[in-house]
Amino acid sequence: MDKLKKMNKTTKSNFITYAMVIVAYIIMQVLVSAGVVSSLMTGLLVPLCIYVMMAVSLNLTVGILGELSLGHAGFMCVGAFSSAVFSVATVDTITSVPLRFFIAIVIGAVAAAVFGVILGIPVLRLRGDYLAIVTLAFGEIVKNFINVVYLGMDGKGFHFSMKDTGSLNLGEGGKVIINGAQGITGTPKNATFTIGIVIILITLFIVLNLIHSRAGRAIMAIRDNRIAAESVGINITKYKLMAFTISASIAGVGGVLYAHNLSTLTALPKNFGYNMSIMILVFVVLGGIGNIRGSIISAVILTLLPELLRGLNDYRMLIYAIVLIVMMLFNWSPRAREFREKYSIKRFLNRKSIEKEEA
Amino acid sequence: MMALLEVTNLGISFGGLRAVDSFQIQIKKGQLYGLIGPNGAGKTTIFNMLTGVYKPTDGKIVLEGKDITGHKTIEINHEGIARTFQNIRLFKELTVLDNVKVGLSEQFKYSALTGILRLPKYYKVEKAMTERAIELLKVFDLDGEKDYLASNLPYGKQRKLEIARALATNPKLLLLDEPAAGMNPNETKELMDTIRFVRDEFDMTILLIEHDMKLVSGICEELTVLNFGQVLAQGETSKVLNDPQVITAYLGE
Repeated sequence: MDKLKKMNKTTKSNFITYAMVIVAYIIMQVLVSAGVVSSLMTGLLVPLCIYVMMAVSLNLTVGILGELSLGHAGFMCVGAFSSAVFSVATVDTITSVPLRFFIAIVIGAVAAAVFGVILGIPVLRLRGDYLAIVTLAFGEIVKNFINVVYLGMDGKGFHFSMKDTGSLNLGEGGKVIINGAQGITGTPKNATFTIGIVIILITLFIVLNLIHSRAGRAIMAIRDNRIAAESVGINITKYKLMAFTISASIAGVGGVLYAHNLSTLTALPKNFGYNMSIMILVFVVLGGIGNIRGSIISAVILTLLPELLRGLNDYRMLIYAIVLIVMMLFNWSPRAREFREKYSIKRFLNRKSIEKEEA
Repeated sequence: MMALLEVTNLGISFGGLRAVDSFQIQIKKGQLYGLIGPNGAGKTTIFNMLTGVYKPTDGKIVLEGKDITGHKTIEINHEGIARTFQNIRLFKELTVLDNVKVGLSEQFKYSALTGILRLPKYYKVEKAMTERAIELLKVFDLDGEKDYLASNLPYGKQRKLEIARALATNPKLLLLDEPAAGMNPNETKELMDTIRFVRDEFDMTILLIEHDMKLVSGICEELTVLNFGQVLAQGETSKVLNDPQVITAYLGE
């Protein structure tokens, strides 16, 4: 009986997280079809999904693994460009949109994961904040590198240059895919709100199940006490690398959604730069480090807030900042915690199950 | 009978400092062995060498006929040495049950993918793992607190949980680093019973560092006294404790 209760606690908590996402999706769909949502807000739905994914992904690195990553936008950038190149290159050959998009997602995830492994192998062996420094540099390097890359395709295959489109020497019928700083144009807009939600649910499934399994326990044990984890035979590098790679590949999928939501994809400081990485970190910190559901909620609130405040024009960012500070102060104050515990959904569900038992 | 642990001529230098010099010890299977000495004598340093945290400068560590000198910490744990720490090192944000389960994870295996996809094997192994963990917690009377966060346990129970976690790795040799530190006489007495019980129940060999003379003389069959990194006396507990040299080292001239 005791064990059953314990099993239920985690399953219940996970269930609430999934239910929250699905309910939010249904409400949004109803509102959109009722026509009460402005077109600006409708345009924000896919980015919302992307930010939620990025926040969950970074929380895996920061909260569960306990390492700081300041270049998560870099993994997003890798995912975005690798998948966009694929989609633009195969837009005529693979006509089935779901198939092409599915492959694009896999490519984005794998490409970002590869970079996760490349960065992780040397850096995760070290103790200390080296990962923060290296990922920070990685994010900037990726962004700046993309800006000087020219990639074209013709009958003979891919052509690569770092000078200009002329030096690609494209044959007849060839097309330029990455045009330097102008990025990629003509990516099919395959990302929809529904696909975004489905991918969020898959992400949650992977992350939550990972946390509540043997590997997840080992990862959190390393976070809590590395020396003790080693002394009970946990392979530190393996589990650190596993968590970081999964985190990177989820960020890569976020990038795939990003690329397939815009017709023009460019690597700017605004979308793939340092600011973006920090913004995602803000989502994670405010939602609670290690708290996956909190990350989702704070990502949604902090993405919608600037848009909702658009009417205030110049005061917009001022209010945004104030809300940030207020959230930070109240999120973890003892009173607020007490309040949350008193009125939480978990408690509500618990009470119901207790009542059921009594009856 | 061959010794379970045989250490010969072990030594380590940190720069010019010779922390431990020509240390040797032989522990038979099932023995309760004590390692004592004044502060700074090098006791924990020896533990750190035995568990691969430090690489010995010279000497040899042989466990059950296998040379494990200079191996990595996790390899040594897989070979069968588990330890506790002088300053408690629990996984603070994990529950008491999960702390033990981390210790069990080398014996109850399934791949990360099995865990993510929640394949039948996951449920099977997790169930067996939980049962085993609760069994271990019962030994230390911790099963009532299994859902608490480890950091919320009282001090004495944290020490016990560390021993439970170490035992979970199914070791041949258990190293306890000052298990009674910070405990009151009652708790110490209880701990003595637990250590004895662990030895008998699990057929365990235990090497412990301790300052509490009552505990040492109460449960250890043999002792090694260390002073300034060197072995001062070695042998049966009662004889060693009456050695004038040992008395001098502990109480002064």
